[in-house]
Amino acid sequence: MKSLDLTMALVVGGLFAAGVHLMLQRSLTRILLGFIVLGHGTNLLLLTTGGADPLPQAMALTAIVITFGITTFLLALAYRSWRLSGHDEVPDDIEDRRIGDVRERADTEPTADVEDDEDEGDDGFGGGPRARGPVGSGDRRGEEGG
Amino acid sequence: MLVLVVAHLGVAALVPLLAPRLGRAAWAVAALPPLATLVWAFTRAGRVLDGEPQHESLAWVPALGLRLDVRLDPLSLLMVLIVSGIGALVLAYGAYYYRGRDAGREAGWLLAFAGVMLGLVIADHLLLLYTFWELTTVVSFLLIAGRRPDTERRRAAEQALLTTVLGGLTMLLGLIMLGRAGDSYRLSELIADPPRGGYVPVALVLILVGAFTKSAQMPFHSWLPVAMVAPTPVSAYLHAAAMVKAGVYLVARLAPGFADVAPWRLLVLTAGLTTMVLGAWRALREKDLKRLLAWGTISELGMLIALLGAGTRTAAVAGAVMLLAHALFKSSLFMVTGVIDHQAGTRDLRRLSRLGARLPATCAVAVLAAASMAGLPPLLGFIGEEARYDAFLHGGVAGVPWTPLALFAGSVLTVALSARYLWGAFAAKPGLPDTPARRPAAAFLAPAAVPAALGAALGLLPGVTDGLTGPYADAYQPPAGDKPYHLALWHGFTWVLGLSVLTLLLGLAMHLGRRGMAAFRSSLPRLPDAQGGYRASIRGLGAFAISFTRVTQVGSLPFYLTVVLATVVLLSFVTLLSGASPTGHVDLWRSWTELAPAAIVLGAALAATMIRHRLAAVLLTGAVGYGVACLFVARDALDLALTQFLVESLTLVVVVLVLRRLPPRFTPESPSARGRWVRAAVALATGTLVAVFALVATQARRDGSDAPDYARHLAETGSENAVNAIIVDFRALDTLGEISVLLVTAIGVVSLVRVWGGEDAEPGQTAPVTGPQEPPVYARDQPPERSPAARWDQPRQHWLPGVAERPGAERSVAMEVLTRVLFPSILVFSVFLLFFGHYGPGGGFAGGLVAGQAFVLRYLVGGRTDLGLVAPIDPGIVAGGGLVLAAGTGLVPLAFGGEPLSATTWLHVSTSLSFDIGVYVLVVGVILKLLSAAEGARA
Repeated sequence: MKSLDLTMALVVGGLFAAGVHLMLQRSLTRILLGFIVLGHGTNLLLLTTGGADPLPQAMALTAIVITFGITTFLLALAYRSWRLSGHDEVPDDIEDRRIGDVRERADTEPTADVEDDEDEGDDGFGGGPRARGPVGSGDRRGEEGG
Repeated sequence: MLVLVVAHLGVAALVPLLAPRLGRAAWAVAALPPLATLVWAFTRAGRVLDGEPQHESLAWVPALGLRLDVRLDPLSLLMVLIVSGIGALVLAYGAYYYRGRDAGREAGWLLAFAGVMLGLVIADHLLLLYTFWELTTVVSFLLIAGRRPDTERRRAAEQALLTTVLGGLTMLLGLIMLGRAGDSYRLSELIADPPRGGYVPVALVLILVGAFTKSAQMPFHSWLPVAMVAPTPVSAYLHAAAMVKAGVYLVARLAPGFADVAPWRLLVLTAGLTTMVLGAWRALREKDLKRLLAWGTISELGMLIALLGAGTRTAAVAGAVMLLAHALFKSSLFMVTGVIDHQAGTRDLRRLSRLGARLPATCAVAVLAAASMAGLPPLLGFIGEEARYDAFLHGGVAGVPWTPLALFAGSVLTVALSARYLWGAFAAKPGLPDTPARRPAAAFLAPAAVPAALGAALGLLPGVTDGLTGPYADAYQPPAGDKPYHLALWHGFTWVLGLSVLTLLLGLAMHLGRRGMAAFRSSLPRLPDAQGGYRASIRGLGAFAISFTRVTQVGSLPFYLTVVLATVVLLSFVTLLSGASPTGHVDLWRSWTELAPAAIVLGAALAATMIRHRLAAVLLTGAVGYGVACLFVARDALDLALTQFLVESLTLVVVVLVLRRLPPRFTPESPSARGRWVRAAVALATGTLVAVFALVATQARRDGSDAPDYARHLAETGSENAVNAIIVDFRALDTLGEISVLLVTAIGVVSLVRVWGGEDAEPGQTAPVTGPQEPPVYARDQPPERSPAARWDQPRQHWLPGVAERPGAERSVAMEVLTRVLFPSILVFSVFLLFFGHYGPGGGFAGGLVAGQAFVLRYLVGGRTDLGLVAPIDPGIVAGGGLVLAAGTGLVPLAFGGEPLSATTWLHVSTSLSFDIGVYVLVVGVILKLLSAAEGARA
C-alpha cells in the first residue's frame, strides 16, 4: 500500500484553494482563471492518487482537453459580457431579489366568514322576525342545481 | 375484488361522457358498480363472518416487493357494505338533486369516490392503503371545489386538502416505520403478529395524527364544517360513508394489534371523547342545518374513534354498531336536509317554520333517523348506546377513569342536538310565517328513507346486527370470567338502562331549556377558534416562505457559490472524519525534483489570486499549468505532460487574444471585510478538505487497480501505449462523447462571439456600429510599375502570402521567416505524434494540438488572410469531418456483425488508428474554428 507524499497533497490542496478563491469573485475572467486552476488541481489529484494506473491518466487526459473546451466557452461568455456592458462582472440578479421583496398577498378571506358567532339569542323567536339577515343558502342553490 | 374497484373507476370515467345523452339515467348507470359490489359482498358475507377472510393478490412492482394485496375480513365487510350501500343511495339521490351541465362530472367523481373508498377498506398492504387514502383526499378536494370558480368553495376545498394531506404525509411516515418494525407491510400479518418496542409507539402516534386529521378530530376538525359549502350529496357521502370514515376505519383496523401500546389508548380516548363533547356542544349554536349536522358528525366521529380505539371487546362491538348506525342515520339526515333545501329554498332554521305539516313524509324520515341518533329504542342507535355504556362501565378500559362521564355528557348533548335538528327543521316557530315548500318526488325522498328504515329494522333484529358486528370484535378476548357481550333490545333493569333513560331525559330537558342554556353558554369563556388557528398558520407559512426566500435568494453569484461550496465542505468533512482510518506513515516528498515545480505551482497560484492586472493573472495561471505539466513529467505521465503543455500554450494564446481588448485591470471589488474573510475561509477549507481527502484516499485504496486487466488486453490491441489504447480503444465511447463536447463548445464560442456579425462594435452597445476607422498603414505601398529587371533584388515570393495585409507596426520579419520555416516541420511532427501514439506518448489529441499550434502560429504572424490561404477549407467542415470519421470508424464493425467501436488489427495497423485520425482532424478543426472566433473578437 502506497501513500501520497505531503508535498503533492499540499500542491493539490493549494490549487483547489486558489481556484475556489478565484471562482468566488465577480469578474468573469477571474472565475475563468479559477476554473482553469481548479482543473489543474483535479488532474493532479487524479494522477497522484492513481499512481501508475493508466486509467486515471487517460481520464486526466480527457479532462485536460475538455477543460480547454470549457475554458474557451467561458472566455466567450466573458467577452460577450464585456461587449454588452463594458465590463465582465457578474451583476446581482435583480429578479431573484424581487422574489423576496414581494409583499405577502393581501388576505382576502371574507371577514363575515362561515363560522358566524353571532349572539346567542337565536333560539328566542318571541320578538317577531329579526331585522338581521339570516345566513340563507338560497343564493347558493342556483349552483347546486336547485 | 380488484375488478370491482376498477369497475368503479372505469364507469366513473365514462359517466361524464354519457350524461348529456342519458340525462337522469346516467345516475342509475353510476349506481351500478356500488350495487354490484353490495350484491357481491352479500354473497361473500356468510363465509367471511364464519372466519374465512377472502384474499386476493396481484403483482404490481415485483422488483420492489409491491403487491396489490386486498382482503375481505369482517371489518372490511362492514365497511364495504356501508361504502357501497350508502354510495348507491347517494348516487340515486343525486339524480334528483342535481340539474344542469355539471351533473355528469359530479356523478363521475362521486362514483370515483366510492371506488377509491372501496379500495381503501379492502387494502391489505400499508402502501396500497396509503395510496387509496390520498386518492380519497384528492377526489374529495375536487368534489368540494366544484368546477366553477367559487372562492368560498375553492377555499374550503383547499383547507380540506391541506389539512388531510398534512395528516396523510405524517401517516405515511408512521406506516413505513411500522412496516419496517414489523418486517411486513401486510396489514393482516402486522395485526396477527404486532411488533413491539423500538419506534413502534412513535409510528403509532404518527399514524394516529393522520387518522385524526382525516376524521376531523380536534384540533384538526375545522375543515369539516367549512366543507359544508359543497353540494348536499357530497356532504352526505363524505360524512356518512367516505373520507371521514377512513380515519375511523384505520383506528378500528389497527386497534386489535396496537391498543395496548403505551400512548395509543390515552390518545384515542382523550382526542375522541373531547371531540365528542365539544363538537356536540358547538353544534347547539348552529343555525344552518347542514353545519349543525357537520358538528354532530365531528362529535360522533370522536365517539367512534374512542370506542373503536379503546381495545376491548365490548367497546369494539359498540363501535362497530355505532359505525353502522351513524352511516345510516347521518346519510339519511343529510339527504333530508338536501330535500328541505331543495323544496323550501333554505336550510336556515331561523327561516323554516311548520315544515312538518307541509312535508309529513320528509318529517317522518327525519324523525326516524334523528331518533336513532339520539338513541331512542327500539332503533339501532339505542342498541349502540346500550353497548357503549356497557363497554365503559363494565368492559374494563383501564386507567382512564373519566371516560364514562365524558361519554355520558356527549350522549346527552347528542340527544339535545337531535332535538334541535328536528325542531329547527320542522317545528312551528312563533312569529315566523309558514315556510312555503313543495312536496318532494317520492324517488327523491326514497334514498333518504331507506337508511332510516334500515336503522329501525336492524334495531328490531339485534341478532342480525350482532352477527354482523360480533366477528370483528372477536379479535379481542372478552374479560376473564365474563360472557361476551351480545346486542339486545332488553338486557333487564340494569344501570345501563337507567343511564340511557337519564340521557334521553336530560337531553330533552336541555333542548326545552335552550334559552337558559344559551345564556349560560354566552357566560362561558370562548373556546379557542380552530378556524382562526388554521388561517393564522397558513398566513405564517406564507410569511415564513417569503422571509426565507429573502435570506437565501439574494441574487449574488458569489453568495450562491459560497453556500454550495460550504455545504460540500461540511458534508464531506463529516463523512471523511467519521469514516477515516488513522493515517499511516506519510512521506514528506517523493523526490527532490518535484519540489521546484511544486513551489512554482503554489507560488503562481497564490499570486494569481491576488494580482489585479488582468493579463498578468492570465500569465500566472499559465505558469501554474506549465508547473503542473512538469509535475506530470516527474511522475512519468508523459502523455499527460505532453497534452498539458500543448493545451496550456493554446489556452494562453486564445485567452490573451481575447482578453487584451478588455480593461487591463480588474474592476476593484469592494466586498465587506466579512465577505472577504468568508471567501478566504471557504477557499482554505476546500483546499484542506481536498488535501486530506487525497491523503486518505490513497491510503484507503486496498484493491488493486484495473491496470493489470488493461495490461493483459493491451497485447490484443497491438498497442504499446496503455493510455492511448484506453482512449481510442477500451473507452472509445467516452472519447467519442468527449470530442463531440469539444465540437459543441467550439460552435458555442463562435455563436457567442459572432453574434454581432464579426464587425466592429464598441463595448456597451448591442448593435454593430461602424465608427471611423483608422486606415491600415501598410509598410510598403505598392511600388510603381517598373521593369522586372529593376526588382531583381527584391523577393519574388513573400515568406507568408497573406502577411502584407497586416499593419506594418504589427509585423516582425524574424517571426515571419521562422514561421515559414517551421510550419511544415510542425505539421510533419504532428502526424508523427498521431502515429506514434500507438507506441509511446502521442496520439490524436496531441497530434491535433500540435498541428493546431502550427496554424495558430500562421495566424499570429499572417492574420486571417494567411490562415485562409493555408487552410482554405471551412473549419466547421474540418471539425465535423473528424467527428464523422471517428464515429464512422466505430460503426464499421456493425456491418461485419461486430460490436460498435470494437477494433481489429489488420496488417499491423489497428482500425483504432482511423478513430485516432478522426480525433486529430477534429481537434485541428476545432482550433481553426476558435481562431476564426478570435478573429471575430479581435475586430
